[in-house]
Amino acid sequence: MQGGRRGGLQGSAAERPTTEVARRAGTLLAGEGSGALNPPPRRTPLPRGWAIEERSGLEQQRRGPSLAPPPAGLGCAQSVTLSLCRRSSAVSCALAPVAAVPVAALADAGTMAATDIARQVGEGCRTVPLAGHVGFDSLPDQLVNKSVSQGFCFNILCVGETGLGKSTLMDTLFNTKFEGEPATHTQPGVQLRSNTYDLQESNVGLKLTIVSTVGFGDQINKEDSYKPIVEFIDAQFEAYLQEELKIRRVLHTYHDSRIHACLYFIAPTGHSLKSLDLVTMKKLDSKVNIIPIIAKSDAISKSELTKFKIKITSELVSNGVQIYQFPTDDESVAEINGTMNAHLPFAVIGSTEELKIGNKMMKARQYPWGTVQVENEAHCDFVKLREMLIRVNMEDLREQTHSRHYELYRRCKLEEMGFKDTDPDSKPFSLQETYEAKRNEFLGELQKKEEEMRQMFVQRVKEKEAELKEAEKELHEKFDRLKKLHQDEKKKLEDKKKSLDDEVNAFKQRKTAAELLQSQGSQAGGSQTLKRDKEKKNFF
Amino acid sequence: MSKGLPETRTDTAMSELVPEPRPKPAVPMKPVGINPNLLGYIGIDTIIEQMRKKTMKTGFDFNIMVVGQSGLGKSTLVNTLFKSQVSRKASSWNREEKIPKTVEIKAIGHVIEEGGVKMKLTVIDTPGFGDQINNENCWEPIEKYINEQYEKFLKEEVNIARKKRIPDTRVHCCLYFISPTGHSVPLEWWQWLSGGGHGGSDTPPPLGPSLRPLDLEFMKHLSKVVNIIPVIAKADTMTLEEKSEFKQRVRKELEVNGIEFYPQKEFDEDLEDKTENDKIRQESMPFAVVGSDKEYQVNGKRVLGRKTPWGIIEVENLNHCEFALLRDFVIRTHLQDLKEVTHNIHYETYRAKRLNDNGGLPPGEGLLGTVLPPVPATPCPTAE
Repeated sequence: MQGGRRGGLQGSAAERPTTEVARRAGTLLAGEGSGALNPPPRRTPLPRGWAIEERSGLEQQRRGPSLAPPPAGLGCAQSVTLSLCRRSSAVSCALAPVAAVPVAALADAGTMAATDIARQVGEGCRTVPLAGHVGFDSLPDQLVNKSVSQGFCFNILCVGETGLGKSTLMDTLFNTKFEGEPATHTQPGVQLRSNTYDLQESNVGLKLTIVSTVGFGDQINKEDSYKPIVEFIDAQFEAYLQEELKIRRVLHTYHDSRIHACLYFIAPTGHSLKSLDLVTMKKLDSKVNIIPIIAKSDAISKSELTKFKIKITSELVSNGVQIYQFPTDDESVAEINGTMNAHLPFAVIGSTEELKIGNKMMKARQYPWGTVQVENEAHCDFVKLREMLIRVNMEDLREQTHSRHYELYRRCKLEEMGFKDTDPDSKPFSLQETYEAKRNEFLGELQKKEEEMRQMFVQRVKEKEAELKEAEKELHEKFDRLKKLHQDEKKKLEDKKKSLDDEVNAFKQRKTAAELLQSQGSQAGGSQTLKRDKEKKNFF
Repeated sequence: MSKGLPETRTDTAMSELVPEPRPKPAVPMKPVGINPNLLGYIGIDTIIEQMRKKTMKTGFDFNIMVVGQSGLGKSTLVNTLFKSQVSRKASSWNREEKIPKTVEIKAIGHVIEEGGVKMKLTVIDTPGFGDQINNENCWEPIEKYINEQYEKFLKEEVNIARKKRIPDTRVHCCLYFISPTGHSVPLEWWQWLSGGGHGGSDTPPPLGPSLRPLDLEFMKHLSKVVNIIPVIAKADTMTLEEKSEFKQRVRKELEVNGIEFYPQKEFDEDLEDKTENDKIRQESMPFAVVGSDKEYQVNGKRVLGRKTPWGIIEVENLNHCEFALLRDFVIRTHLQDLKEVTHNIHYETYRAKRLNDNGGLPPGEGLLGTVLPPVPATPCPTAE
């Protein structure tokens, strides 16, 4: 590997994070102040994969690593830009803005492409050099300012048996006393208790939600212990999915309740993981970022601890449990994350009591045989946990939750409902077709149901109508009958009346006849026979 | 812009200092001004640094559209804004190329980088706008293009297996170039004609330069789907008084016609934003700009400018023109906000409209069980 050009290095701007690389580069190119360039007396070997490029004026930056031998005889006037690039995966490197002699028109030295931009570049965009300061490097600041004004939210789930110190650890991590009473061991089933707090530090506001399991591991039959936890996590994903699929949605002000990190508390037995732990972690590893920690680790001695950790990690690996790995692709945190990954699971102690040790007040636990300091790295891994969870990887945890776990859930859920993506060509349409089909099905069913109901209604109406008609008919008949009866009776009565009248008439006639006879009989007895004959004749 | 949260739970009851663990080399630097040995420091504010790093790693997209009649200096201005040749000037076109018969949409992407921040800038040019004899509906291709970008994004978002980072081609900002010599008959003139306004006097109200009817129509249609920033082009043809008068007139006409340009009043989030934006809306906008990519020597410095027999117009001199204001506004302070308004408001409006057009299912009901109808052949009616 070629040694670097000697050139004065201007100090990097105060806000750029200094990294190992930059420091190394600095030592390599220890400036000679005034800028007289001499070829280096000895070649300082560069680590593999590093190359130093040279660029003058507004030349485009060459992509990809290459070894450029420093041309001899470069004068002071030549400006040298250093860009350090890594051969393997794209990474944002340290910046080393350089000018042996300040050149007004030179843009700041660039970093190498991140994978996304590199891909886009490959798609036909060319990089255009800038002839001056435009000002969009304030864009991350603008973005950050907006996020700060909106506030952040972070949700932690603590899973572990009762009495392992979950609440105490949360109190210790966030330096506050969160509310809540300790749970008893007599819970009938596993429940989840969730609380939200607003924390503020300098100008950053954080909405912190802490969810704890209550009654985990207390039952006799623990087969279903993991189910409430999985359901809870799924419920948060579901709520987000519903919000995302709404027609009128407000995603940018939506309070994200998805669990970003799950701290799994392992009991400090010193031997191995319990089967309950294995089963639960296996169920949770595809849904949430799991960070296993050994709780109450002041119960284990140092030597036992190393053995315990090794046993745990080997058990996790052999059972295929995917715990959260701190990301090592970003240059600035790769190293620390890498070392921390080796220390998993963290052995922690929680304490909110303060004791005077030396001349300072510290969080500690007092025993007759000594005092365990929480923030002493030799005593426990609490500081590591806080570092990893909050100070280095909080954003990554949130992003992993959204881009990996949530996407997986969403994909499964939508596929379950019958929506499919087929091949890239018909991608825009297949979903439409499935939606269309589903909708038509749905509408068709609705229509069918409506038809059925209508028919039923019509039928009922008909029946009722028929019934009524019959009733009406009956009534009519009855009426007719009655009428007839009435008439018959009337007729009978009239007949009787008539016959009675006839009789009365007959009687009257006989009466008059009798009277007449009597009067004639008294006058002439002789004409009686005549009259009698006449009467007889009359009578006949 | 930080909001103070009402509830503070950081416990300040604990008294003395706790020794900070020895700093690791890669721990991001804490914000200046905060004593890292402060008791009870949790480290929540490091999330700012984490977020900044992440966003710098993924890079940004920005799509800017320039609309205006030809010859108003659109490409020059964009090149001046981004200090690089991102837009091909019309004069460099081949003479044999015909003037386009309809409005064409040309999108050219570039990757520019500054201070470690990589940005994919896409400049969308609209040659042919307003150049024909009959310019009716010349905004339709533009509206169609904008809606197509929303549609693309929506389709990707609705996919089951979707990309981690959906490529964003939506138009974030539309610079509309107003010619400084346009005329139209303003409302007060009609009022005077019908015997109403201007104090009932006999003399008609003065007719000065103002927006053309085409400008009004375009902005009316498009202010609802995209962020429009009106810009007065070739401002070196106006004196200072003429400039301020023209600006006032333009503002009034826009207001009278109900055209909301960016920053829109209704999207001001808090009082601070409102006062800041009010000031911009009522005093500075529309920006009167001059564009140039040639450098001249003025007072020993090299500046961008236009050389005339009566002097050199310095582009970045605030006394000469408002280019610096426009640049600061669009790039240095409101770039992110432009993207956010596009994403949170314009895109959501489009999406709601699209998903609602499918049978009148009530809003709020989920997408599951509804249908994404096929894209209508004519541009989607803009949401009122």
